Amino acid sequence: MTRVPLRPLARILEARASGDDPDAIERENKQQRHDEMRDRARQRSEGRLLVLAALFFVAFTTVGVRMGTLSASEAAEPRAQAPGAQIAAARADIVDRQGRLLATNLTTHALYAQPPQMVEPVRAAKELARIFPDLDEERLIRDFTGKRKFLWIKKKLSPEQKQAVHDIGDPGLLFGPRDMRLYPNGAVAAHVMGGTRFGVEGVRAAELVGVGGIERAFDERLRDPAQAGQPLMLTLDLSVQSAVEHVLAGGMQLMNAKGAAAILMDVHTGEIVALASLPDFDPNDRPRPATEGSPADSPLFNRAVQGVYELGSTFKIFAAAQAMELGLVNPDTLVNTTGPIRWGKHRIRDFHNYGKELTVTDVIVKSSNLGTARIAQMIGAERQQAFLDQLGFTKPTAIELIEASGSQPLLPPKWSELSTMTISYGHGLSASPLHLASAYASLLNGGTRVTPTVVKQGPIPTGPRIVSERTSEVSRDMLRQVVARGTASFGEVEGYAVGGKTGTADKPKPKGGYYDDKVIATFASVFPAHDPKYILVVTLDEPVETTGSEPRRTAGWTAVPVAAEIIRRVAPLMGLRPEIEPPAPLGVTLTAN
Amino acid sequence: MMRTLLFVMSTMIVMALGYWAYHENYKTQAVLDDVEDLQRDIGAKRERLAVLRAEWAYLNRPDRLRELAAMNFDRLGLFPLSPEQFGKVDQIAFPEEPDPLSLLPPAEAIDVQAALDMIEDLPASTDETQE
Repeated sequence: MTRVPLRPLARILEARASGDDPDAIERENKQQRHDEMRDRARQRSEGRLLVLAALFFVAFTTVGVRMGTLSASEAAEPRAQAPGAQIAAARADIVDRQGRLLATNLTTHALYAQPPQMVEPVRAAKELARIFPDLDEERLIRDFTGKRKFLWIKKKLSPEQKQAVHDIGDPGLLFGPRDMRLYPNGAVAAHVMGGTRFGVEGVRAAELVGVGGIERAFDERLRDPAQAGQPLMLTLDLSVQSAVEHVLAGGMQLMNAKGAAAILMDVHTGEIVALASLPDFDPNDRPRPATEGSPADSPLFNRAVQGVYELGSTFKIFAAAQAMELGLVNPDTLVNTTGPIRWGKHRIRDFHNYGKELTVTDVIVKSSNLGTARIAQMIGAERQQAFLDQLGFTKPTAIELIEASGSQPLLPPKWSELSTMTISYGHGLSASPLHLASAYASLLNGGTRVTPTVVKQGPIPTGPRIVSERTSEVSRDMLRQVVARGTASFGEVEGYAVGGKTGTADKPKPKGGYYDDKVIATFASVFPAHDPKYILVVTLDEPVETTGSEPRRTAGWTAVPVAAEIIRRVAPLMGLRPEIEPPAPLGVTLTAN
Repeated sequence: MMRTLLFVMSTMIVMALGYWAYHENYKTQAVLDDVEDLQRDIGAKRERLAVLRAEWAYLNRPDRLRELAAMNFDRLGLFPLSPEQFGKVDQIAFPEEPDPLSLLPPAEAIDVQAALDMIEDLPASTDETQE
């Protein structure tokens, strides 16, 4: 800064020469300098005020914005453990259609050891082996005295076991909290639940991963922390499921079967109310998959969803319904039942000789292979294939269980006329009982397609139409007559107007051909037939009924009584009131005897 | 004079405001601690609730209920629900027409004296039956 002198010599001398007061120059200069200083000071303070104002503005804006976000955001969830657990341990509960618990979590502890911190490793190992008899003492001693710094000992401890380990008092034995999946109902609905195992394990927490059934299929949804508070609601009904399993287990024992499956489905929505497969397992202690033998013999195998079987005469109603839908026949059309039909080296025969001809209704009621094969001939391969495709027999079912994706039906490699005939009475095409249940529901609910589901969703829209309401009604009436006067007479349950079709199929040998004395007996039913509500499919694997003089294996003697008992037990549970069925309209009851 | 008073007053106001601000601050911290405690409590209670729910479900599992019903069959005689157990409304008898007089409380009885007599008579009549 250049400093201007207060008394510049040149001007002073000039003033002195002219006789002016030189002090006036000094005063003038001083005044000027003061003015400049004042201007500068004012400028600076104005700047400072501005900065201060800006700071205050920023501060108050920050406070305001923070208050705004606080009031707009949701309150933090209460938490039990310290924050910062890396693994999200919460897994949503699973409940049945009435909100009863099917799967939940319990907090337990895992036991781990840090040998460097141990005081008496050998004594600790001995005590541990005493508390847990399944642990190997020698190995524990080796681990504790060796180089290892960390090892897991037990993944789940009961409170008593934890106390016992506490009482050993070794500082090298430590506990980590664990969420454990609990299925309070044990083996009930085991195949739907599937099971879980521990995934990534940390000291503070471990993640639970679904390994089967709904736990696997909905793994993402169940592990999603945002939805951990909302339980996953299934369409199963716990008491109905339990009753079905109980009756089915009794029936399986009575009929000396080695396996059994049952599906109870809402005929209009496809919601599965009960799905049982025996033998079953306890999902709390899920067995390992079998390493030898057929996987179909493992208790993990879901016969209702995974098992593909030839379902026998239960298929006949599809041929009859399609022929009626196409206008080829009506219920009273006479069909030629003389046989056998020869086709190359194959011969199609009936169980009994039913005379020369039967009406379409009687072909179903008496279960005539020849009659059905001739109806199928009228329909032809292409139309039959398209119809079965509409009913879902060519694809795995869409049910939300992980096992379902593998249940591809076995179709004939070439859909010849012979295939058409055999498939019409349920041979040459293998499908799961669930396929059959959905197809029956689609055909009998008034003719609209249903998709099987075990997860409760909003209202389910009506599916595309497959057959007319009239065809559906006539089909139901035929099935009703099968029970009233046909092969499924043991299926009569008073007040519930059961209609259904039996099916007995010889089991194929693994190397081709069929067993003579091993069958799959199936009964697919609808009740009440005049106002359909539910579909029940019961399948027994290798049943033999031995109360008579010779062993009986047909479904009418094995699967049907079991299904009737199931209906008797569960229909009241579902609030179905027994009612007297209305007399059938005249045009349908006319039958030839 | 005025100036001194102003200084003293403003100093005291600043002190009072400071005191108030610290006080509020401590109260806020105490409340925050309370909230933390409450959240931990709620978390613990939720965990406990989950355990109780699991236990309730475990105790109510259908297998156990079935066994209990079988074990206590002599006393309870419980059968599975069957179709015959559905009733109709018209199967239930109408309740008998109640006597309208007996429903009246004595204090508001139409004939107060008679009601009082009735109360007085009662012990006497029971005595008579005992003899």
